[in-house]
Amino acid sequence: VIHAIRELQGRIVSFFRRRERDEDFEAELSANLEFMIEDNLRSGMAPEEARRMALVKLGGMQQTRELHRESRGLPAVDALLRDARYGFRSLRRDSSLAFMATLIIGIGVGASSIVFSVFNTVLLRPLPFEDPGALVWIANGRSKNLSSQTVQIVNLNELREGSRSFVEIAGYSPFYGIGDIRLTGDGEPERVTEVPVTERFFALLGVKPHLGRFFSSSDAQPNSPKTVVLSHGFWERRFKADARAVGQVISLDGKPATIIGVLPPSFDFATTFTPGGRADLFRPFPLSPENNKQGNTLALIGRLKSGSDLALAQAEATVVGNRIKSEIDKGARRNTFNPRLVPLRERVSGNFRYALTVLLGAVGFVMMLVCANLSNLLLVRATARQKEMAIRAALGAGRGQLIRQLLVESILLASAGAAVGLAIAFAGTELLSRIEGAAIPLLSQVRLDGTATTVTLLLAMLTGILFGVTPALQISATAPHAAMKEGSRGSTEGGVRRWLRPAFVVGEIAMVCVLLTGAGLLLRSLLRVLDVQLGFKVENVIALRIDPGPGYSTTTRKNQYFDNVLEVVRTIPGVNSAGLTDALPLSDNFGWRRWDARTERDSASDSRPRSPLVRMVDEAYFAAMEIPLRSGRVFTRTDNESSEAVMIVNEAMAKAFWPNGDAIGRSVTTGGTQRRIVGVVGGVRYFGLEQDSDAEMYMPIRQTGDFKVVDLVVKSALPPERIVSSIRDALRQMDPNLPATRFRTMRELVDNSVFPRRSVVLILAGFAGFGLVLASLGIYAVISYSVSQRKQEIGIRMALGASPSDLRALVLGETFGLTLVGVLIGVPAAWMAARTIQGLLFGVTLSDPLTHVAVLAVLAVVAGLAGYLPARRASALNPLEALRAD
Amino acid sequence: MSTEPDNKLDLLQGTLDTMVLQTLSTMGPLHGYGIARRIEQVSGNQVLLNQGTIYASLVRLQQRGWISADWGVSDNNRKAKFYSITKSGAKRLRVETAEWLRLSDVMSRVLNASATEEEK
Repeated sequence: VIHAIRELQGRIVSFFRRRERDEDFEAELSANLEFMIEDNLRSGMAPEEARRMALVKLGGMQQTRELHRESRGLPAVDALLRDARYGFRSLRRDSSLAFMATLIIGIGVGASSIVFSVFNTVLLRPLPFEDPGALVWIANGRSKNLSSQTVQIVNLNELREGSRSFVEIAGYSPFYGIGDIRLTGDGEPERVTEVPVTERFFALLGVKPHLGRFFSSSDAQPNSPKTVVLSHGFWERRFKADARAVGQVISLDGKPATIIGVLPPSFDFATTFTPGGRADLFRPFPLSPENNKQGNTLALIGRLKSGSDLALAQAEATVVGNRIKSEIDKGARRNTFNPRLVPLRERVSGNFRYALTVLLGAVGFVMMLVCANLSNLLLVRATARQKEMAIRAALGAGRGQLIRQLLVESILLASAGAAVGLAIAFAGTELLSRIEGAAIPLLSQVRLDGTATTVTLLLAMLTGILFGVTPALQISATAPHAAMKEGSRGSTEGGVRRWLRPAFVVGEIAMVCVLLTGAGLLLRSLLRVLDVQLGFKVENVIALRIDPGPGYSTTTRKNQYFDNVLEVVRTIPGVNSAGLTDALPLSDNFGWRRWDARTERDSASDSRPRSPLVRMVDEAYFAAMEIPLRSGRVFTRTDNESSEAVMIVNEAMAKAFWPNGDAIGRSVTTGGTQRRIVGVVGGVRYFGLEQDSDAEMYMPIRQTGDFKVVDLVVKSALPPERIVSSIRDALRQMDPNLPATRFRTMRELVDNSVFPRRSVVLILAGFAGFGLVLASLGIYAVISYSVSQRKQEIGIRMALGASPSDLRALVLGETFGLTLVGVLIGVPAAWMAARTIQGLLFGVTLSDPLTHVAVLAVLAVVAGLAGYLPARRASALNPLEALRAD
Repeated sequence: MSTEPDNKLDLLQGTLDTMVLQTLSTMGPLHGYGIARRIEQVSGNQVLLNQGTIYASLVRLQQRGWISADWGVSDNNRKAKFYSITKSGAKRLRVETAEWLRLSDVMSRVLNASATEEEK
């Protein structure tokens, strides 16, 4: 065994030192040749004869050299390299085909690689935390509503005591608003997003500080001086990545806070936990009695002990939850806790598993199309190379060698394609990772990593073998004499080859049919989603955060501030209307806040009050958003702290509470105040385009100081940048410390909300389009080839009186015949495939007639176009030449 | 073009390698032609050697570490590559020799036995 390993070592070394070994051997050989000649001379031969005999004895110089190389190096690799060199030359001669093939593989592989990279990042690659498999999301109940997914501090403490499955439980408080905090001082004042986290949140995830340190237990005490940790992105942007930022004191909402640390770039809180959101700063969230009074505040993550499992942890948590419930039943004043444990990965990206799996499936179809198309291209080439192959076979190349040669060529093509594909994938993932505000988790982490690169290369090689194998088997199967004969005159092809190429085209059409149907159904769904009645107008509306700062303490002062702002803004030319809201639809503000509401009929004994969503708005909000008034009136400026408490409800609430349609004038007790209903307005889709509006209560913003966030909503036909800069200037004059930098158009918010669906549609449509191009190329190639093979037949038909239109019909008939067979296979396949995307459909059914008819129409048009050129060529043939054609 | 191994050559290879080892073991360092000439002489010119194959054998033996090679100067002052047997080569030669003797012993016994059978 040792000597075998040593020999292999020697062979590998020799393989790479070919020149050196050749020279060495040359010297040895010539020396030995001289010895032989001398011997021969000594035995009395003439010099010429002596040399000749020596060479004969040696068995020929060249053979000896070959034999030497074979026994010292790696002959198999040598042969492959030789094949590759030959293949390279032969492909260079066919450079247009090589270019086409490289491009097709490149696009196919590149697209697949991008989709896989996203899949890999979102679903496969471990989350960027220490031992992420042990991390568990601890939700509270099943509702999507944020305040019922979170947990009260007392309940967290009880869980910590009652469960032995966790090393640690930590969390963050999701009740912060994007841009809640005003950063003033050095530089432009700006609104930043501050996430409250428990003391050991970063430690639990295993994140290490990039600079400085994280929170200590004294930082997390209720009254300790404020400390913050910066996100890496914010540190780079605001502090120009200056290490001296740590230790600086900044002014947040007018109060000092010390920067104690910076997070590493690998930890992107926003894309992991709140895709589409932002996180600039982190502050400690004390687990104090004070915060406990706020009810459910914490989104919890636990780290399981090694050896503990999810089911056990769930069982223990359920026991804790039940104990809390029995205490509540006994009259304890605390919130319920219905623990529901899921792996953190599931919580972060579980929602995207389905759509991404569908896309991965589509990639499979695309790659099969690529293979079919290239097989077809290579078959055309194979036909042209029959003579070459026949000659090589006649010269003694075995079938195995011919197949190897052809496979090496297709793998060469695949490698070139892989290079193009990797370049595309690199650019694509780079682009994807820079998309901001997209509601897809971890998108910023998408990159072409080692796994993705390996998968890409393997896929390309597999493709190369797959599309190369049929042509290789085909071409090498032909006996040399038959090939020479068949190629010599324009006879029709025989045997398998006659149906092989049309079969590939039929397959392509069938696969395109599947892709088109999928893309069509999802496109229709997207259009339906975009068509949804949002309940407000999207165009020409912009929103700007203008919360009154901590300086405006009383309701009266706040109202004065609002009056001033509105007065200033409404006089700006171009502003049609301007209103205020604390719950901007589709935004990340506090629109999920719910309050218990009781009507006069609901007695206080009713233990399960209904809790509609709460919105604080001013009198012009409905006009600015064009939310329709159904009956009654909207608010007025005089609905303020000194007037009667009033409210407006939406249709959903009116219908749910007063089915007889007499909501106006009724009283509702909510938030500790009895309010009279003065109007009913249309519903608004607050949470997303695909989620129906819920019961909503609007209250005059001037009657309550109970809001966190205020957006100024402005309707204007002017371009957003212009109107915003006028507003900003006007507001700065009022209050130079007002950070009014970030504005959002309602269009942006809608786009962000449909981004995942739109991306899926775009990608699928791209795939379908690419497939369509490939299939039409395939049809064109096959029909052209068939026309050129049938020149004589066409000539005879012409001579017998067939008109050009007859001939065109003949060729087009062949085209449509192929397409029909493809469709007959493709339509049932598409129906089956469509079932798998049922869950992604919105407002259309699987049997959506428009989609299916459109797919058929598109296929027919494309087939017609692809067949038309060869048909015209056939009808324009000169009959005399056609008859003579060979 | 053909690189497929030839059966006949395979058989020769094994024997040739052993012959080379034996030659180097008895004669000391020799160059390639010297080895070939010696084998021809010793075998009574029964082995008609294609001398090209000797170089393949030398490369193989060298890579397996059984012989070593050095450039030196021959009797008539010519530069040549000299081969000599290594320690592990000598060990190998003992194994091979034993095996060959056993095989030829068995072969001749079997052949003789069948010959006597036929005579009966």
